[in-house]
Amino acid sequence: MKRSLLAGFLATALATTALPVTAATEIQWWHAFTGRLGELLAEQVETFNASQSDYTVVASHKGNYSETLNAGIAAFRAQEQPHILMVFEVGTATMMGAKGAIMPVHEVMKVGGAPFDPDGYLGAVKGYYTTPAGEMLSLPYNSSTPVLYVNRDALKAADLDPDMDLSTWEQVGEALDKLKASGNDCPLTTAWQSWVHLENFSAYHNTPFATEDNGFTALNTELAFNGELQVAHVKAMGEWAKDGKFFYAGRRNEGGANFRAGECALFTESSAGYAGVKKEAQFEFDIRPLPYWSAAEGAPQNTIIGGSSLWVMSGHETEEYKGVSQFLSFLSTSDIQAKWHQDTGYLPITTAAYEQTKAEGFYDKNPGTDIAIIQMTGKPTTANSKGLRLGSFDQIRGLIDEELEAVWSGNKDAQTALDSAVERGNQLLRRFEKANK
Amino acid sequence: MLPLLLILPQLLVSLLFFFWPAAQAIYQSAYIPDPFGLKTQFVGWENFEFLFGDRYYLESFKTTAIFSILVTVLSMSIALWLAVMADRIIKGSGVYRTLLVWPYAVAPAVAGILWLFMFSPGIGLITWYLDQIGVDWNHSLNSGQATGLVVVASAWGRISYNFLFFLAGLQAVPRSVIEAAAIDGARYWRRFWTIVFPLLSPTTFFLLVVNVVYAFFETFGVIHMITAGGPQQATTTLVYKVYADGFVGQDLGSSAAQSVVLLLVVGLLTIIQFKFIERRVHY
Amino acid sequence: MGTVFGTGSGMVEKRGKALWLTHVCMIIAIAFICFPIYLAFVASSVQQSELVKPPMPLLPGSHLFENYKEALFTGINAPVWKMLMNSMIMGMGIAIGKIIISLLSAFAIVYFRFPFRGVFFWLIFLTLMLPVEVRIVPTYEVVANFGMLNSYSGLILPLVASATATFLFRQFYMTVPDELAEAARIDGARPMRFFFDILLPMSRTNIAALFVILFIYGWNQYLWPLLITTDPEMNTIVMGIKQMIPSGDDLRNWPVIMATALLAMLPPVLVVVVMQNLFIKGLVDTEK
Repeated sequence: MKRSLLAGFLATALATTALPVTAATEIQWWHAFTGRLGELLAEQVETFNASQSDYTVVASHKGNYSETLNAGIAAFRAQEQPHILMVFEVGTATMMGAKGAIMPVHEVMKVGGAPFDPDGYLGAVKGYYTTPAGEMLSLPYNSSTPVLYVNRDALKAADLDPDMDLSTWEQVGEALDKLKASGNDCPLTTAWQSWVHLENFSAYHNTPFATEDNGFTALNTELAFNGELQVAHVKAMGEWAKDGKFFYAGRRNEGGANFRAGECALFTESSAGYAGVKKEAQFEFDIRPLPYWSAAEGAPQNTIIGGSSLWVMSGHETEEYKGVSQFLSFLSTSDIQAKWHQDTGYLPITTAAYEQTKAEGFYDKNPGTDIAIIQMTGKPTTANSKGLRLGSFDQIRGLIDEELEAVWSGNKDAQTALDSAVERGNQLLRRFEKANK
Repeated sequence: MLPLLLILPQLLVSLLFFFWPAAQAIYQSAYIPDPFGLKTQFVGWENFEFLFGDRYYLESFKTTAIFSILVTVLSMSIALWLAVMADRIIKGSGVYRTLLVWPYAVAPAVAGILWLFMFSPGIGLITWYLDQIGVDWNHSLNSGQATGLVVVASAWGRISYNFLFFLAGLQAVPRSVIEAAAIDGARYWRRFWTIVFPLLSPTTFFLLVVNVVYAFFETFGVIHMITAGGPQQATTTLVYKVYADGFVGQDLGSSAAQSVVLLLVVGLLTIIQFKFIERRVHY
Repeated sequence: MGTVFGTGSGMVEKRGKALWLTHVCMIIAIAFICFPIYLAFVASSVQQSELVKPPMPLLPGSHLFENYKEALFTGINAPVWKMLMNSMIMGMGIAIGKIIISLLSAFAIVYFRFPFRGVFFWLIFLTLMLPVEVRIVPTYEVVANFGMLNSYSGLILPLVASATATFLFRQFYMTVPDELAEAARIDGARPMRFFFDILLPMSRTNIAALFVILFIYGWNQYLWPLLITTDPEMNTIVMGIKQMIPSGDDLRNWPVIMATALLAMLPPVLVVVVMQNLFIKGLVDTEK
């Protein structure tokens, strides 16, 4: 009724609806990729569409990660949801909570009947999106993990051996002293501070980030990243910031511009930043594993991923889910994964793709590109290192960013800042729990 | 029948896109829904209790006020100064006017990216020059710098608007008054303040109100572009927060409660605005 | 600033010197105001590699043409010409839509007596208190429920009701001498005839001035298109710039971003400069 009323009113206004006519069953995929990544994604879709004639995957870009999630939610409420929605890792709990809106991948594969071997996926990658019982909820798409980028020229300029061992923060600390003393204005910078220096830091040091196995087992999880280790690390970083040894450039990857311009010596950033550094850096660089505190017991454990996964939305026909399952199965094949991994620097999601890349000699030609995988798969994951499953996590990250900024600028000490972040974050978790009861 | 038909389009748009959503906001502020609209919980006043228990929300009132005042004062004082100069120049003032009028047409968000580019911590030109003279510029860490940058970028495009009104106001002041003020040079500005400026007060009042409203709403683009509300929420205004919580955080209950609070604030602003415009008519 | 007027010698010389100084101050001020644009222009004429290592050059480079070509026809998410077109449709739609519905409703309010006239008047008046920011999430939901996300109607309609324009026309109609309406009535002209033949031509200047202001208002919208257009093909240029700043680990293509920023301001700036007199008159008069 409302609709027809409006339709009359809108007689002169332009509405845009595109309905491509195809015989094949159409599978809608909403994603957040642009530029080069967008092109590579489109190529995957084309390959799939050309490989069979029953299904046509239509990929649409819907803005950045948050906007894509919003678009998916709005579409679901209007009952126009796509079949597949790309959701960033921090939206995992939001999607899980929406039980009536999604169809877990393991179920899709059962309904659709495409080949699916849950054990073929890299444990540390799929773990983030899998229930404790081992059921895969969403298919990991692009995953990366933080590593340490080293400007070798800058180390040389400070009379340091560019091959020096930088596996621990203690060693990094010494290097920072020398770099600072030699007049370097930006010995260390970072991207994605909460992800690298708290989320991954906790997993890497086998320390809980939140209770209830980082939120994997229950909704009443509480944040726990104000533990001794995390406070010590943030405190050390804060002191480095005060002494001008750690340069903070922004919450996202703003620091990358300074590193690529050659101003910074060390840079903690996602392994997926490799392509950008390679393209713009006019200096010698290499990639090292993320440092850990040697004094901490159990470190290094393994790091966790960031990136996005593909969620299948509910409310479609069985026939369409068959197509979805075939497409997801296609995306998991080692040819596709190996190519994706080599082209983008994102991690492969299957062991087979990793082996294939190794066999093709890619890591020998591009030294450092396997660091991320080794770092993630070195040890079997623990309850602290599978990933995080927290509601309102985008907001929680935001307030962690705020509190960390207070430490870097010297307004708060590490303990106070992290306590405050935990307290504020817990309030959000309780609200999320309420909304999803 | 005819008058109803004539008024119908405006009424329909107002009801569908103004009153219905506003009523929804009030209704939703008593609930915590999940983003997908699958289930919802009645919580009464809890959303408001949560908001007003949040130090950062209270802080954003202060941020909004400081921000509005700074933008208003900065853009109005520069505009007044320029208008006084332009008013004095008789020949060629048209050229100056043209050169000063166009920033009005630049969207706040576009102004934001221009200033961000100059002050970007990594590659900005001004950042680099500041560094050369020993000033560390890093608006992603330094709250004062972030506020300053957002204020300057917001005030920049606003100068034109204020300039035009001040110039029109000055041109309406009788020439003889201006001449009289200008005769004794050394005391020019004192005389300006005592003789000319009071005659401009209707314009000044009007601009004060309009600029505060502008700073309140239209600067969202600048903030979103440059700081995204950071660092430590130093540039999170009320409008930015309602957006961030609703669309980034998916916390619809809190966002609705904030909408209700904003509704009250805007109501108040509108009343003030009308009072001043009323006064203006009497002048 | 007291020094602008020197003390000492004769009046004429004093004025000449002062005028000269005023000119200098004015030019310096304008240079400051224009500097961000100039820098954007320079950035849009060089290669990315010249920008990543500060300081950036201060003189335009030789890649102007290719940067604009890349922006216009390739863009980053969508070609900029498409976003320009979307902005044009949105700006025009809002300006024309607002003017039409305000002309009509003001006509009804001023020239007719009908039941609930006062109520309607107040309803329109109250929309002043409900800018989109205040009702952001529910308005988004309403538009989503009508299936108007990523559509021109979704971009235009929620912004089209404007109490200010209605008031302006109301104010103006009230200054129209009653004799005109009387004469029309005696001549037996029907109300709409009166509207089209007399009222509309008389409102020409007001309409034109308002058009400039509303077009710029529509063109410069940011938050609303940011929310409801998720399809890059539907992005308007002002919010499209934000989408050009990658959210992940991609690089920022500054030359193309800056070219887009300049393209985004070109149409409204042209409108303002070309229609300057009309616009200034309209602005100063209408917003009083």
